[in-house]
Amino acid sequence: MTEIIQKVKNLSIGFKSKKGEEILILRNISTNIKKGETVGIVGESGSGKSTLALAMMGYVKHGLYTIGGECEFNSSNLLKMKNRDLEKIRGRKIAMIPQNAGQALTPNLKIGYQIDEALQLHSDLEEKEREQKISELLNKVRLPSPETIALRYPHELSGGQQQRVAVAMALAGTPDLLLLDEPTTGLDVTTQAHVLELLNFIAKDTGTSMVYVSHDLGAIAQVSDRIIVMYSGEIVLEGPSRDILKKPIHPYTYGLLKSIPKLSLAGLPQSMPGSQPQPGTMHRGCSFFDRCNFSEEKCKNNSPQLEYLEKLNTSVRCFNHKSLMNDSQVNQTVNKIKTSLQDKEILNLSEVSISYAKQKLLDQVLNRISDDNPTVKDININIKKGETIALVGESGSGKSTILKSIAGLLRTKGGIIKFDQKRNLSSDLKERDPNDLRIIQLIFQNPDESLNPNHTVEEIIAQPLKLYFGLKGEELKKNIIDLLQKVRLGEFYMSRYPRQLSGGEKQRVAVARAFAAKPDIILCDEVTSALDVSVQAAVLNLLQQLKEDFGTTYIFVSHDLAVVRAISDRVAVLYQGRLCEVGPSKDVYQFPSHPYTEVLLGAVLEPDPDIKPKLVAEDIVEEKPPQKGCSFQGRCSRILGDICKNEVPPWQITSSGNSIRCHIPLKELQKVQIN
Amino acid sequence: MKLDNIYQEEKKSNFAKVSEIIITMASRPSGFIGLSILIFHVILAFISPYIAPYDFKAINPTLMLQAPSAEYWFGTDDLGRDVFTRTILGGRTALTITFFGSLIALLWGGLLGIFCGLVGGKTDDIVMRIVDAFLSIPWILAMLLIVSLLGTSTEVLIPALGFFYGKGIVRVARAATHDVIAKDFIVSARARGHSNFSIIWNEIIPNVRDAILVEGAMRWSWMLLGFSSLSFLGFGVSPPTPDWGLMISNARGLMSFAYWSVIAPIVGLSSLIIGINLTADAFAKALGIDRSTKAPV
Ligand SMILES: Nc1ncnc2c1ncn2[C@@H]1O[C@H](COP(=O)(O)OP(=O)(O)O)[C@@H](O)[C@H]1O
Ligand code: SF4
Ligand code: SF4
Ligand SMILES: [Mg+2]
Repeated sequence: MTEIIQKVKNLSIGFKSKKGEEILILRNISTNIKKGETVGIVGESGSGKSTLALAMMGYVKHGLYTIGGECEFNSSNLLKMKNRDLEKIRGRKIAMIPQNAGQALTPNLKIGYQIDEALQLHSDLEEKEREQKISELLNKVRLPSPETIALRYPHELSGGQQQRVAVAMALAGTPDLLLLDEPTTGLDVTTQAHVLELLNFIAKDTGTSMVYVSHDLGAIAQVSDRIIVMYSGEIVLEGPSRDILKKPIHPYTYGLLKSIPKLSLAGLPQSMPGSQPQPGTMHRGCSFFDRCNFSEEKCKNNSPQLEYLEKLNTSVRCFNHKSLMNDSQVNQTVNKIKTSLQDKEILNLSEVSISYAKQKLLDQVLNRISDDNPTVKDININIKKGETIALVGESGSGKSTILKSIAGLLRTKGGIIKFDQKRNLSSDLKERDPNDLRIIQLIFQNPDESLNPNHTVEEIIAQPLKLYFGLKGEELKKNIIDLLQKVRLGEFYMSRYPRQLSGGEKQRVAVARAFAAKPDIILCDEVTSALDVSVQAAVLNLLQQLKEDFGTTYIFVSHDLAVVRAISDRVAVLYQGRLCEVGPSKDVYQFPSHPYTEVLLGAVLEPDPDIKPKLVAEDIVEEKPPQKGCSFQGRCSRILGDICKNEVPPWQITSSGNSIRCHIPLKELQKVQIN
Repeated sequence: MKLDNIYQEEKKSNFAKVSEIIITMASRPSGFIGLSILIFHVILAFISPYIAPYDFKAINPTLMLQAPSAEYWFGTDDLGRDVFTRTILGGRTALTITFFGSLIALLWGGLLGIFCGLVGGKTDDIVMRIVDAFLSIPWILAMLLIVSLLGTSTEVLIPALGFFYGKGIVRVARAATHDVIAKDFIVSARARGHSNFSIIWNEIIPNVRDAILVEGAMRWSWMLLGFSSLSFLGFGVSPPTPDWGLMISNARGLMSFAYWSVIAPIVGLSSLIIGINLTADAFAKALGIDRSTKAPV
């Protein structure tokens, strides 16, 4: 048997509630981390995964305390160790990489200096050796030209580069165990794929054990040898990565895998009802009971124990795992989406361009916007009534910017936004009449930010009803209850404040508020990105249902191509504020593709160990769109030469009606370059 | 759904909310002490005219500078007036004027701050500059100028103090508004086409109210100190009205041989300031606000 690096034994961590009750965040966790292996810990927010990872370096967050159990490292219990002794271990033997590396780096110190500090602290190298080690480390994390990077400040690096620096610093002490807490969450798809690939390489190269914490099974699938699935502070399933992903024998994992949208499947994934119980609300019986499709009478009052199955080398906490063992092929069934597409166009964007540049005084006086290289340019899209059109692209590609102008929140530099083929909509709120404001509603990414924390659900949904329809009294109340029902929330939610709702419930309230205005078009800006996967599918299904009922048109912005694949009829791919490809979803997701679409598709992480991301272009970040030529020239691996640099590529239309803007002829594009 | 059980928290009435806050404040020792002192002073201010043992303005040369005794608990002053009577009456004016002064400060400071935070840009810059310019004049000099021109009546003092102590509130309200307007719920209200007034009233005020109230409470204790300094300099309340600042000023020359005439008003004034301070602090903590303004004492 291989050597065990860290042994977690019967660990329970919790806090005291205001009433003095002991509330458990982690309940009796036991697991071993072996030398050289990468263990993925997956679970939704609040399942206790970060608390577990922190405990593995002897850290218990302020306000929490250890109730029982230990974390044994080098045969001593980290949770009982003195701070002075812990300092010798942290950084040297156990290193941690946080989610937001940008915030963890000191802003006013050069990268090289910060790595050198880590080296001085965690190694015994001489000055000359350290110098060499710095470039060695930067090379190892594949940062271009280490000499120049070492002299830069953190803010001069992109998010992906900052994350690489964090990895380099963690490696400074040649640790035996590397803890990573959501290290790629918040990075772009392409960057995320690159960082994961780097971590895989580091694991092989250095033989370091890794504990990789994430809510994203797609990322976990790419790196882990073994997976621990957590739910409500307990381990519910633990075993070899491949088995867990291909043949999950716990109902939660099974449902979770089914609710993840996949590139290979058009249509909406099945959703899982309900949400995870909050700490402190656990009752007797299985904690997954409320949401379980396989539950039986006995699950209600008896808690299943974690059972080790010798044959599968897997531990599972479920009375019923045997019934899953036989039929647990996650051969996903999806709800096919119906489209009620009409031929009538409801919104036409022509030649829209938008600039954030600070305007010169003269231009301000003349009330005009001048910028020869605006953030968003040449946007021509015709949107049909009842259609769901998705805008995809990395962060900063101008997706939200375009939505803002459609909503009238941001003045365009030029171009026309035409509604219903009749009226031109001004991009300035003040020039729109109230009805034009009503017909377009927005739903935002983060319901914590989009719902006023001081308003009850009733007040939130009442706002548009009062504003647009002047409803009052009983009628108002009836309408609110009606809307709540439409988003599958009960009447008793009316008196709740947003903080008393779960993430999915909050987003439902936001959806209800948008529909209260009886809009023709709803702009959805990353509406599922802040939600847990198990909740995401439910919200997507709800949006689809409402759309079918009301014939609403959606403009759906997302960076997640699998989600877009699931819900949209048509996709527009954006790079640096310029369109690259527009077409029906099924065609955009097939070849021929624009080289940028190809990059995006290749980088999608699927929760399947057999589907590896394909890394085509570098994950560099461009500050500004190029002055002339193709917008993607800076990163295109198929670039043809001067023509791409000087001439804006033409739109080419495929037989299926897909428009691609590239100098490479369609026939050439058809030849898939990577495989 | 099990969440329902624990979150079965009905929408609370305003009265319930306020009493909950007061209970939270009083559950901390410092908050309890502060609240007790403040309530003691407020009650005293209300009932002192009825319980005062002597006439506060009765001058009696034969009783000049008597030491504390069973008859004159805190002794008498240089005009033979009872110090106990004058002390329990001495907080009334100060408390009233500064209370209303603080309300005015809250009102104009809060509204202007919210307005600047909301409109931003050039208007914000200009308004803030004007506010700063006005208030870079040392307040005591400006106050002296105002009272010497307009007199020391309550109608002058309350707005003048309210004006000068509103500056800090403008800043706090503006900063709190800045934090709030970046949130999507404001963008959402804008996109729906709500008026600026509706956005301020429904979306912003409920979210900045707490921060502004806490700042106002803090300013109250500052203002009390400022007002007493004015009286001390002879520009606040005019004699023979009993007032702590005035009493301290009159008796300070006698400190070496008639300490009693000065100690009582000093204790009165400082305990009230400390009381308000502790209360404001506890108020901030009960609302979960991180207060950065420093106490005057
Ligand atoms: N308020 C702003 N001022 C200046 N530049 C901005 C502002 N908001 C966004 N940008 C820039 O505009 C570009 C597009 O941003 P955005 O529309 O938010 O992209 P996306 O929604 O696709 O992530 C980015 O380069 C971003 O830095
Ligand atoms: S024990 Fe019962 S309720 Fe729990 S996961 Fe298994 S089948 Fe579902
Ligand atoms: S036009 Fe040239 S640079 Fe642009 S995507 Fe096509 S090949 Fe690449
Ligand atoms: Mg965005």
